Amino acid sequence: MINTVYRLCAPRRFEIAFSDIDVTEGVIVRPTHLSICNADQRYYQGTRDIKVLKEKLPMALIHEGIGQVVFDNSGQFTPGDRVVMVPNIPTETDEYIAENYLRSSKFCGSSADGFMQEYYQLAPERLVMLPEGIDLDVAAFTELVSVSTHAITRFKAIAHNRRETIGVWGDGNLAFITSLLLKKSLPHSKIYVFGINREKLSDFSFADGTYLTTEIPADMQLDHAFECVGGNGSPIAIEQIIGVIRPEGTISILGVSEYPVAVNTRMILEKGLRLFGTSRSGQADFRRTIELYREYPEIPIYLSRLVGNTVEINQFADIKEAFETDIKKAFGKTILHWNI
Amino acid sequence: MIFAVILAGGTGSRMGSTDMPKQFLEIKGKPILNHTIEKFLPNPRFEKIIVLSPKAWIGHTKEIIRKFTGTSDRIAVIEGGFTRNETIMNSIAYIDREYGLDDETVIVTHDSVRPFVTHRIIDENIKTALSCGACDTVIPATDTIVEGDGKVITAIPDRRRMYQGQTPQSFKAKLLRDTYNSLSAEEKNILTDAAKILVMKGMDVRLVQGETFNIKITYPYDLKIARSLLDEETE
Repeated sequence: MINTVYRLCAPRRFEIAFSDIDVTEGVIVRPTHLSICNADQRYYQGTRDIKVLKEKLPMALIHEGIGQVVFDNSGQFTPGDRVVMVPNIPTETDEYIAENYLRSSKFCGSSADGFMQEYYQLAPERLVMLPEGIDLDVAAFTELVSVSTHAITRFKAIAHNRRETIGVWGDGNLAFITSLLLKKSLPHSKIYVFGINREKLSDFSFADGTYLTTEIPADMQLDHAFECVGGNGSPIAIEQIIGVIRPEGTISILGVSEYPVAVNTRMILEKGLRLFGTSRSGQADFRRTIELYREYPEIPIYLSRLVGNTVEINQFADIKEAFETDIKKAFGKTILHWNI
Repeated sequence: MIFAVILAGGTGSRMGSTDMPKQFLEIKGKPILNHTIEKFLPNPRFEKIIVLSPKAWIGHTKEIIRKFTGTSDRIAVIEGGFTRNETIMNSIAYIDREYGLDDETVIVTHDSVRPFVTHRIIDENIKTALSCGACDTVIPATDTIVEGDGKVITAIPDRRRMYQGQTPQSFKAKLLRDTYNSLSAEEKNILTDAAKILVMKGMDVRLVQGETFNIKITYPYDLKIARSLLDEETE
């Protein structure tokens, strides 16, 4: 089947291309709701390294999205089923290394075409059924939620068991989701959020406390911390965390920075801290996230606060418009209703 | 009920020396007709995809569907008529026979040689035909359209009001059939496409936005373009 693919060919410029899908293989999904991530914006605005752009473009963006099954050759899905698409494409399995850390894995919108396509073909195990009646605009960014799920799963495996106080640095989408999931999955822990925008912090009503990074109480002490800042804010966030964290705590790094970040290794050594990175997620994290949606129906309701703009994509020009709209947003996610 | 009607009646007289109708020529190792059918298969709203083929090519059509797309009870191959509109009437007669026609039965008629049609265009055709009775897929004209008598220009219509017709063209089947049957033989003779059946009788045919790449593979040049559009993928 001829498939229309909408690729970014240069910063701020999309083009239409075509691929041929073999309808007798795998599962074919019609994307319906897509969500723009900061990583997509870095390609769109051309803020990635020029060499990276040259190597990766043209490429269809977007790795957060849901759709409806149109064909399934595996017999596991019925046409019309609403599913979330897992953007990680592993090519091997490893006893110790998770699929999202294997260097051989591909990732939609990074090393393979993303979901900005008329149809998307994938293996049945790369799809997870959505709960009946879920808010589809929220479901569109399940991938981002699964990144937090993944980080918390790793945290539980790595961090020592004194988890009375946990800090989350950041007041953006990832910090919102991570602190929300922490609150639900560790109900006995106090979750404190540290950000730079008082207004944004007021949205974190489920947290046990929110603080401006310029007004951290002198007696603040944390057992563990999550860094969800990234970019230029990374160095200061990590520095603050190292300052307030108790010895042998863990620092989970989730924020992406384009530049190397200097960290205070003296204090890491003195306190015996464990810093670990977490990036992306795998199929198991998507399944766990969907279980969380079912277990705690209030999670998708809280997450609906993140739905910022919804943009109808009916024609080619709407795609650029959606990315430009997304740039102007202060908080939340831009959701594309993929009608094209 | 909604039916896709794939018009594969042409015998390819404009495709140069080839004897094979153009819908059977291959792009990426698969006949154009199969590519076109496969754009309709994913849409669950179609009760059946009816392929109308010249009598001599019915066997071949069935064979290539089996070979390249796979057998599906959602695809039926039947004989086309002498003209485009007779072919469409054959499809309506088939629907009437097999399912029974009612006022809400919709047909989405499409050229077999437009394999680049999109999910959105098909969806909008269904929606518009259901709500308004008839629609035609068009793109705004980019070239100035000139009317002439063969020797000199007789008129240059305002380009802003000119569109290039594509397909699908979608209709409430009963409305189209009854209107067609009400036309005189003379009126039928000047029909160039199905939308005109209703336009001649003063009925509204809504416009659905097409795509510039929803090309009709008519000439060898078009085939070259279609192949190069898909070949980019293998580079």
